[in-house]
Amino acid sequence: MDFKLNDDRRMLSETLDRFLRDNYTIDKRHEFAASPEGWSRKMWQDFADLGIIGALFSEEQGGFGGDGDDIMVVFEALGRALVVEPFLPTLLAGSVLAEATGEAAALHLEDVISGSKLLALAHGEPGARYTLEHVETKASEDGGTYRLTGYKSVVLGGGDANILVVSARTSGAMDEENGISLFLVDPKAAGLSFRPFGTVDGYAAAEIILDNVEGELIGKKDAAYPLVEAAYARAILAVCCEALGAMEVAKDLTVEYMKTRKQFGVIIGKFQALQHRMADVLIEIEQMRSAVINASGNLNSTRKKREWYASAAKHMAGTIGRQVAEEAIQIHGGMGMTWEYPVGHFSKRLVMVDHLFGDTDHHLARFIELGE
Amino acid sequence: MNLELSEEDKAFQSEVKEFLETKLPGRIRDKVLLGKNLTREDIVEWQGILNKKGWLAPNWPEKYGGAKWTAVQNHLFDEASWQAGAPRTIPFGLNMLAPVLIKFGSEDQKQHYLPRILDGTDWWCQGYSEPGAGSDLASLKTSAVRDGDHYVVNGQKTWTTLGHYADWIFCLVRTSSEGKPQEGISFLLIDMKTPGVTVRPIILLDGCHEVNEVFFDNVKVPVANLVGEENMGWTYAKYLLTHERTGTANVGNSTAALARLKAIARQQMSKGKPLSRDPYFAARLAKVEMELEALKTTNLRILVEADSGAAAGPESSMLKVKGTIVRLEINDLARRAIGTYALPFVSEALEEGYNEQPIGPVYANAIASEHFNHRKMAIYAGSNEIQRGILTKTKLGL
Repeated sequence: MDFKLNDDRRMLSETLDRFLRDNYTIDKRHEFAASPEGWSRKMWQDFADLGIIGALFSEEQGGFGGDGDDIMVVFEALGRALVVEPFLPTLLAGSVLAEATGEAAALHLEDVISGSKLLALAHGEPGARYTLEHVETKASEDGGTYRLTGYKSVVLGGGDANILVVSARTSGAMDEENGISLFLVDPKAAGLSFRPFGTVDGYAAAEIILDNVEGELIGKKDAAYPLVEAAYARAILAVCCEALGAMEVAKDLTVEYMKTRKQFGVIIGKFQALQHRMADVLIEIEQMRSAVINASGNLNSTRKKREWYASAAKHMAGTIGRQVAEEAIQIHGGMGMTWEYPVGHFSKRLVMVDHLFGDTDHHLARFIELGE
Repeated sequence: MNLELSEEDKAFQSEVKEFLETKLPGRIRDKVLLGKNLTREDIVEWQGILNKKGWLAPNWPEKYGGAKWTAVQNHLFDEASWQAGAPRTIPFGLNMLAPVLIKFGSEDQKQHYLPRILDGTDWWCQGYSEPGAGSDLASLKTSAVRDGDHYVVNGQKTWTTLGHYADWIFCLVRTSSEGKPQEGISFLLIDMKTPGVTVRPIILLDGCHEVNEVFFDNVKVPVANLVGEENMGWTYAKYLLTHERTGTANVGNSTAALARLKAIARQQMSKGKPLSRDPYFAARLAKVEMELEALKTTNLRILVEADSGAAAGPESSMLKVKGTIVRLEINDLARRAIGTYALPFVSEALEEGYNEQPIGPVYANAIASEHFNHRKMAIYAGSNEIQRGILTKTKLGL
C-alpha cells in the first residue's frame, strides 16, 4: 500500500501547475471561454507540447501514461485552473477509440496526442438521460457501408472535433447492452449537422444530428458496450479529480476571504458558525480525495469493483461538490455572486459537474445495484 | 499510488486471522458478536492471550514489549479483530498512559508500571474530566498540594470509564494557580485503594454501569508518583491525545458493524421483500458504505504518513469527526433495520448464561441499547465541536 505519487507523476504535476499558474489566470480563462470557439487553440497546442495530452494514454496507445495516477494528477491541476480546453472529450473519446482499435490505437491517436486533431465521443441521446446502454441511433449496413441515423445530445467537444466516434445500434432493443457498435464519422460527412453551444459553466459542446451518415465500424460489431462503460469510468475519475481541484481552490479562496473580510469589527473567520462549516468542508474534501484514490486504484480491477468505486466517487463529487460550492458562495456573501470575483466560477463548475456522466442519484442507484 | 497489500502484509493478515480463529475463546466471541456485556475477567483473559503472543502493546518500543507493526499492520489487526468478534483492548493503560510514561516517565516508573500493564496486574483508568471541566479541560480544579514526600489530593473526576474495575488512575491535577490554566497542571498516578478515594457509578442511557465519578478526599499520593515535571501535565496530556490514532476513525469497528447490518437487512422482511431491497433503506445504507470506503482510505493515508515520520497532528481530528458520524449512522440504520424489535429491552439477556427464548431475533437484543451507548463517541476524547475547533485553528489558520 502506497499513497505517494512516483517521481514522474510529481514532475508532471509540478510542470502543469507551474504552467497554469503562469498562463492560465482566471481572467485568461474568461477570455478563452468568451472567444468564438469557447477555448484556446494556442493553449491546446501548448498543453500538447508539454506532454499533457500524451499523459492520458499508455505507451502502446502512443502516449506515456494512461494510469489512474496520471489522470488524477492532470485533472486535479486542470480543475484548480478551471481549464476549458477539451481534455474531457479527448480522454473519453480517446479511451474508447483506443480500446476499439487495439493495436492500431497509436496510429489513430498520434495526431490527437500531438495536438493537431480533436476527438469527441457522440454517445448520449435525449432519451437516455444517464444510462449508457440506451442507444436509439441506428446503423444499417448496405453493401459493406454503414449509414447512421439518430440524434446525439450534449456531445462534449462535439462542435470542434476532427474525428467523431459515434455509437449506434446494430441490433437489439434500444436499452439493451448488446447490439451497440462504434463508428468513426467524419464531421464533414454528408447528412451530419451540428448545433454547437457553450455550457452554463463555460465549456464547448454540441447537439449532433445524423441523417443517413456514412460511418466506419471500429471494434467488434454489437459489442461496444463494455468499451463505452470502461471509457466512462476513466472520464468519471477525471471529472471527479477536476472537481477535487476546484473544491480545493473554492475552500482556499473562502478561507482567505474569512481572514480579511471584517464585519461587526472583527474578521468573519472568528465566527464559530462559519468556522465549523469550513471544518466540515475540509473533512469532506479529504473524503473526496480518498474516493478519487479508490476509483483510481480500481481502474484496472474487475469490472464490478471498477464501476462500484467509480459510482461512489461520482456520487460523492455531486454531494460534496454541492456542499463546497454552496458554502463558498454563502460565506462570501454578495461577493460570491459576482462574475468578477473568482469563487463563484468554481462553485458553478462544482454544481454542473453533477450533470456529467451520471448525477448523484444515478450513481447511488448504480452503487446499490453493483453491490448486490 | 497502490491500494494493494504487499506480500508481507498479506502474510501478516493471514497470521492474524489464523490467530483469531484458534485463540479467541468462542464464549467471549459470542458475547461480543451479540452485544452482550463483557466482564472484567473476559477482558483480562483476552488481553492475557494477546500478551502471550506479544500483540497486546504492538506500538510500544520493542524493548518494552512492542511488536514494531506498521500503520497498515495495525489497521489490519484492528479490522480482523472486530470482524472476528474479539473484545477491544482497554486503552487507558496500554495506549494512553504507557506512551506518556515511555516519553516522559522516570526509568523507575517505566520498569515498575509497564510490565504490570502488560501482565494485567494493574488495570488503569483515566482521571481527566471533572464536573466543571469537560470540553474546557484546562479549567480543572482537583488540587494536589505538596506536603513533604506527598501530595494531598482533593477534588472530583467524572465520566471515569471502567473506574470500578481499576486498580490505578492517572490524573490531571492542579498544582499551581499561577499563569494560564494550562500551566498549573500536573500528571499524577494514584492507587485507587488509597484511603479517601471513592468511586460511585453513573448509569448511562443504556441502563448500564460503564462510567463513574471518582472523589478524592485528602488522598495522600507519594511524590514519586508524579510523571515528568510538576506543572507540565498539559503537555503530556496533549501528547497522549494525539499519540494513539489507529482506532480514532473506528474503521475496523464500523466495517464489522456494517457487515452485520447488511446481514440483518437481508434477513428482515419488508412488504414481502428483504429490507436490503427497500430503496429508501438501501440508499441510506449505500451512502454510509461510500463514506466508510472513503474513510478507510483517509485513515490509511493519514496513518501511513504519520508512520513515515510526519508530525502527528490535527488530522486525527478529521478522523474523529467523520469516524463517529459514520459509526453512529450505522447504529441508526441497525436500529431501524430491526423494526419493532428494537423496543424490547431485557437487560438479563445481555448477560452471559441467559438461556431463555429471546424476545425477537437474537441479533436484535442489544441493538437499541448499543445505539444509546455509542452516542458517547461524538462526545468523548474531545467532542466533535472541539475537533472542528482544532481543525479551524490548525488546518484553516482561522
